[in-house]
Amino acid sequence: MDLLNASITFLNFVFVPGLAYGAQLALGALGVTLIYGILRFSNFAHGDTMAFGTMVTIYATWGLQAAGITLGVLPTALLGLPVGIIATALLVLLTDVLIYKFYRKKKAVPTILVMVSLGVMFVMNGIVRLFIGVEEQDFSDGARFLISAGDFKKWTGLSEGLAIKSTQAITVIVAVIVVAWLFWFLQKTRTGKSMRAFSDNEDLALLSGINPDRVVQVTWIIAAALATIAGVLYGLDKSFKPFVYFQLLLPIFAAAIVGGLGNPLGAIAGGFVIAFSEVMVTYAWKKVLTYALPESMAPDSLVQLLTTDYKFAVSFTILILVLLVMPTGLFKGKSV
Amino acid sequence: MKKLLLATAATALCSGAALADDVKLGILLGFTGPLESTVPDMAKGAEFAVKEVNDSGKFALGTVTTVNGDTTCVDATAATAAAERLITSEGVKGIIGGDCSGVTGAVLQNVARPNGVGMISPSATSPALSTAEDDGLFFRTAPSDARQGEIMADILSGKGIKSVAVSYTNNDYGKGLAESFDAAFKAKGGSVTISAPHEDGKADYSAEVGALASAGGEMLIVAGYVDQGGKGIIQAALDSGAFSSFYLVDGMYGESLISAIGDGLNGAIGAVPGTDSPGAAKYEEASKAAGFDGSNAFSKESYDAAALIMLSMAAANSTDSKVWTTKVMDLANAPGEQIFPGELAKALELIAAGTDIDYVGASAVELVGPGESAGAYREYEIKDGKIETVGYR
Repeated sequence: MDLLNASITFLNFVFVPGLAYGAQLALGALGVTLIYGILRFSNFAHGDTMAFGTMVTIYATWGLQAAGITLGVLPTALLGLPVGIIATALLVLLTDVLIYKFYRKKKAVPTILVMVSLGVMFVMNGIVRLFIGVEEQDFSDGARFLISAGDFKKWTGLSEGLAIKSTQAITVIVAVIVVAWLFWFLQKTRTGKSMRAFSDNEDLALLSGINPDRVVQVTWIIAAALATIAGVLYGLDKSFKPFVYFQLLLPIFAAAIVGGLGNPLGAIAGGFVIAFSEVMVTYAWKKVLTYALPESMAPDSLVQLLTTDYKFAVSFTILILVLLVMPTGLFKGKSV
Repeated sequence: MKKLLLATAATALCSGAALADDVKLGILLGFTGPLESTVPDMAKGAEFAVKEVNDSGKFALGTVTTVNGDTTCVDATAATAAAERLITSEGVKGIIGGDCSGVTGAVLQNVARPNGVGMISPSATSPALSTAEDDGLFFRTAPSDARQGEIMADILSGKGIKSVAVSYTNNDYGKGLAESFDAAFKAKGGSVTISAPHEDGKADYSAEVGALASAGGEMLIVAGYVDQGGKGIIQAALDSGAFSSFYLVDGMYGESLISAIGDGLNGAIGAVPGTDSPGAAKYEEASKAAGFDGSNAFSKESYDAAALIMLSMAAANSTDSKVWTTKVMDLANAPGEQIFPGELAKALELIAAGTDIDYVGASAVELVGPGESAGAYREYEIKDGKIETVGYR
């Protein structure tokens, strides 16, 4: 039995990757949930909004790198991020004026808006591919590791290493800051309060003099910022490829729905639930168990519940289970 | 009427006589279909060998001519019909082809064996063809994919590595290679802790690497593509500290991998098809002068296939497939005087004089097992960000 090595292995292969992935999903799900709560439709274009924001950030990063400006140990993309957020905010505001506004004025039912967002998704999909192409892009720079597996082994003398990539650390830190700011904004500021009022009861909010156009605009801007930040963090930590961002839509929606659509706290919880279940169900537990159990009980097989190909099936299954058992999600959001 | 009959009979006799001086070879390749861009240089390679033999004037059995047949690479019915035409109506004495493994197998079973015509394929690599019933009529100058598995097992056990994890790209190539390596490595006393597929084109391979790491092993075998999942697997394995040494299959060979991964790749080993035989360079030079590109895939193997058929016929002094096919293995392998491209005239002279030859050709032909190329591989190691050749196998 060697619980220390068992826990290090668990941290290295399950906890740290799960935490970073969960934070990325949570940020994505927050955007989806915000749109759902205030604009009252599921925005299928969110994944491609993330891709668009990341693309602009990548161009900005390349520009900065070419000009010789870097952030030292931190990725330069963090400097390019504001550019990405502004461009994405402008794009979604433009889509709102050109497309969504028309349907909002007609009081279209949510199903129609969902279909509209599907159309927007395809257009954004095309825009991203037109500019940056379908290939994988690498834009991370700066220090790669906070702690590398080799160094960790040297320091501790343990046989298992623990690696924490700097992008993983940055992901978690940025996610905490963004979430804290978002909650402060929604709870304490006038605009945030009017957004929540609009979400709770639209008619009442209008009667009390809240400007609906402003609420919609602020919602879109925040959603664009969240999408861009989530996309850039995912791209830094993993890699940027338009198709992958399109596929991310599934776990992001699963996270938002599991947590309860329209509930920001639920989106965060949902993100981590989805991320950790994906990682834990597809992880081969042999090594951890070999360390943790007495030698006589050490497993011969890989102790892997599902192969990694079934990652997306895990989020699907959780989604279906939640919809069957508690349709409003873990945190009592709006029923879908 | 009588005159007419007589005339017809005379014509028939004459054409029969003409045929005796003419040795027809079939070039049965996928002139249309998925390989249509590769095939022209393959066919030219075969024709180049034929021209060389004819120009030498030392081929005693007659003038060699070629007839083309189209396999389409994928349509077994079309390939079988084309082969049927070559043999029954054109009367070819040997076939250079087919190209793709599936159609080659179909032609072998449905046409070549029933008609008793020998064939040498320049490019069919499926391991299944090694065990196919062939009545001694089928050879290939291309190595079986199973061969790379053996090469890998040889290299690794030569380094004293006993247990490895395998990650392969989820398609026929990756799976076939992983399976043949698995068998070869186990036969050498090694153990494969896990053989798991990975999908290409994902952003994140940490889950795949987690499973590989859990299974453990001294080294990670990456049987994928250099610009695809293979790269992602290596990156994730290095990031999580799961593996630090890698074996790269032929699909993983490329400078782009070194620039993408960096220092972590130092010490990685691998092997790609390649030969240090002077034949390859000679052939490429000669092909350039003849107006085609001999460095294209399987062009060398096609030249060698055609040359081997003609030399075997000369050695057997017969165009009968049952006779000449018995000579192929002798001519292709040592002992004997080595024959390189451009030396077919010399080879014919030596054969006529009864001297043993060892046909090396453009692709360093060495036939093993059921008559397939041993496959020459270049073993390399990545040192200080450079690919360094260790040796040839």
